[in-house]
Amino acid sequence: MRHIISLLMENEAGALSRVAGLFSARGYNIESLTVAPTEDETMSRMTIVTRGSDAIIEQIKKQLNKLIEVVAVVDLTDGDHLERELMLVKLRAQGEAREELKRMADIFRGRIIDVSDKTYTIELTGTGSKLDSFLQAIDRGLILETVRTGSSGIGRGDRILKL
Amino acid sequence: MELTGAEIAIRCLQEEGVEYVFGYPGGAVLFIYDALFNQEKVKHVLVRHEQAAVHAADGYSRSTDKVGVALVTSGPGVTNAVTGIATAYMDSIPLVVISGQVPTSFIGEDAFQEVDAVGITRPCVKHNFLVKDAKDIASTLKKAFYLAKSGRPGPVLVDIPKDVSNQKVEFAYPPVVNIRSYHPEKHGDVAQIKRAAQLLIEAKRPMIYAGGGVVLSDASKPLTDLVRLLGAPCTNTLMGLGGYPATDKQFVGMLGMHGTYEANMGMQNCDVLLAVGARFDDRVIGNVAHFASVPRKIIHIDIDPASISKRVQVDVPIVGDVGHVLGDLLAVLHSSKQKPDAVASAAWWKQIDEWRSRNSLTYKNSNELIKPQYVIEKLYEITHGEAFVTSDVGQHQMWAAQYYKFNQPRRWINSGGLGTMGFGLPAAMGVQLAHPEAQVACVTGEGSIQMNIQELSTCKQFHLPIKVIALNNRYLGMVRQWQQFFHGNRYSESYMDALPDFVKLAEAYGHVGIRVEKPSDVEGALREAFARKNDLVFIDFRTDSTENVFPMVPGGKGLSEIIFAEDL
Repeated sequence: MRHIISLLMENEAGALSRVAGLFSARGYNIESLTVAPTEDETMSRMTIVTRGSDAIIEQIKKQLNKLIEVVAVVDLTDGDHLERELMLVKLRAQGEAREELKRMADIFRGRIIDVSDKTYTIELTGTGSKLDSFLQAIDRGLILETVRTGSSGIGRGDRILKL
Repeated sequence: MELTGAEIAIRCLQEEGVEYVFGYPGGAVLFIYDALFNQEKVKHVLVRHEQAAVHAADGYSRSTDKVGVALVTSGPGVTNAVTGIATAYMDSIPLVVISGQVPTSFIGEDAFQEVDAVGITRPCVKHNFLVKDAKDIASTLKKAFYLAKSGRPGPVLVDIPKDVSNQKVEFAYPPVVNIRSYHPEKHGDVAQIKRAAQLLIEAKRPMIYAGGGVVLSDASKPLTDLVRLLGAPCTNTLMGLGGYPATDKQFVGMLGMHGTYEANMGMQNCDVLLAVGARFDDRVIGNVAHFASVPRKIIHIDIDPASISKRVQVDVPIVGDVGHVLGDLLAVLHSSKQKPDAVASAAWWKQIDEWRSRNSLTYKNSNELIKPQYVIEKLYEITHGEAFVTSDVGQHQMWAAQYYKFNQPRRWINSGGLGTMGFGLPAAMGVQLAHPEAQVACVTGEGSIQMNIQELSTCKQFHLPIKVIALNNRYLGMVRQWQQFFHGNRYSESYMDALPDFVKLAEAYGHVGIRVEKPSDVEGALREAFARKNDLVFIDFRTDSTENVFPMVPGGKGLSEIIFAEDL
């Protein structure tokens, strides 16, 4: 099953490689991983999307907790949560496609953030599957480049991960 | 007062009460060696290879409960140390390894003797640090010692660039250490302990399986009390030997791949299994599905939550220090009005004694060929079971584990997890330094001993009267055994040709060498060796080259799918 794991960890050189190394050394898979400092600059927050049986997810959480620099681990999938990913996609936008692509961007609540005479660059946020749907809705031949951040997650309501 | 980073590092070792540092100098640690030179509190032991420095620190730690310390230079110094660090990591041994690094301005430039020490050791340390400023050395070393020893112990590496070791700053050793992300659990959950007590007291066929955690937590006393109170059989893992007295009637021997019939059958037939400081590893329980195919309740006490339900699903997990938890468990049992069921217990012991009567460790002795098992039995007899015994890895290791009955913890020193050939001799050096008056034997083979044979030179320099018991069968015996059983007798590269004359070799290093070729000479040679209290004696026992380790649970098989000596 797919799980979204949130981590708070010391904002120190090497902390990211400890997490990444743990996943590769123990053969766990990473679907996506995002990390950036928090409002408390001594700490970073990481969101890892992974897949595995209940037993494997349990092990992943325990092994992450064992890393000295990891302050807290939460499996967001245990409760209500929100998940967002940002995608930038550059499309060939010429002739008839120009209007069509703008319409598609509107339908998916994307924003055109850069325009040239041949291209549009669209910014889109949402769950991973929404971003996938957008790409599927576009003629493949028009897609010049995509870049995705991977998912960031947060608990709903009073579910708070803070030290 | 201002001190250099190097002086601070040595002051920290003094503050931690470090007696010995095992190391090897080099360019990046010259300032640290200079600081060592100018003091007398911390003694340095010059090894002949950095791997041995870490093994020696490891042996020192295993035999004493103190943190072992090693000091190596950058680049090849630290890469040579990696095997030692990984060995300690797999067996949860507390070490602090200090490595030199190229100056900070050179890092990343592929400088001479530069290697990413923190990166290379990351998967085999509990934690590691690169110190970029001398003002952080004291707090980092304080953390390193604390991390190494607390919780589930393990090796910690501290990498110090050369310029940092020469930078002058104020020194103050922090009295306490606080790591906000690290709070190992000491006490187990009370409700879980009560559940465990209830299960144990109601068990008809209880079994206690104790591992290295008992030794590391110095919990032999509460373990022994618990086993006696419950009247249950107790087995030890390879790492746990000595954690429960081997000559006690409730001890059923080691379990696992080369465990006794009674221990392995007990594991498969008990109704309540108490696992203490053990991790259900592949050499211990064999095939996981087979192990889980019989119904039994499992209670698991371990300091490391990640060890619980990793391979085997357990019913009552208890996270905490083994000694503390056993103490609490005993208190609950003592206050309980219920007593273990005497009738059920008698029936269970009748069954165990039946398994025991199979004598799964018997071997056919010989008048012509020296049987390796016989050598270990004699070693046990002559040392009254009180020696510190280190071993390398292979058949000799299994025979030592099977035939030397350890009644005390920290006497059996071997590389269980990583299975590192070359561990035995350097580990014995650490043991002998920690216990100058004790008898220390290194049980080894002609393959393993050659992986760190250069340490005979260190033994000479530091007057370490270790007895090297080499079971020389001219084969990489365990490899040969697997080739015989599972690879159609094709002995691919397992024959050791062109062996050195070990007697002359020992003499060349300034020691005493004895060759023994007849069973009738075994006892005399051992007696002579141990009578030479001040000499390292290397005994080259020419043993039966066809002998195998039995019983055996082949890899991937279940614990009750055992091959006995008479089956072949």
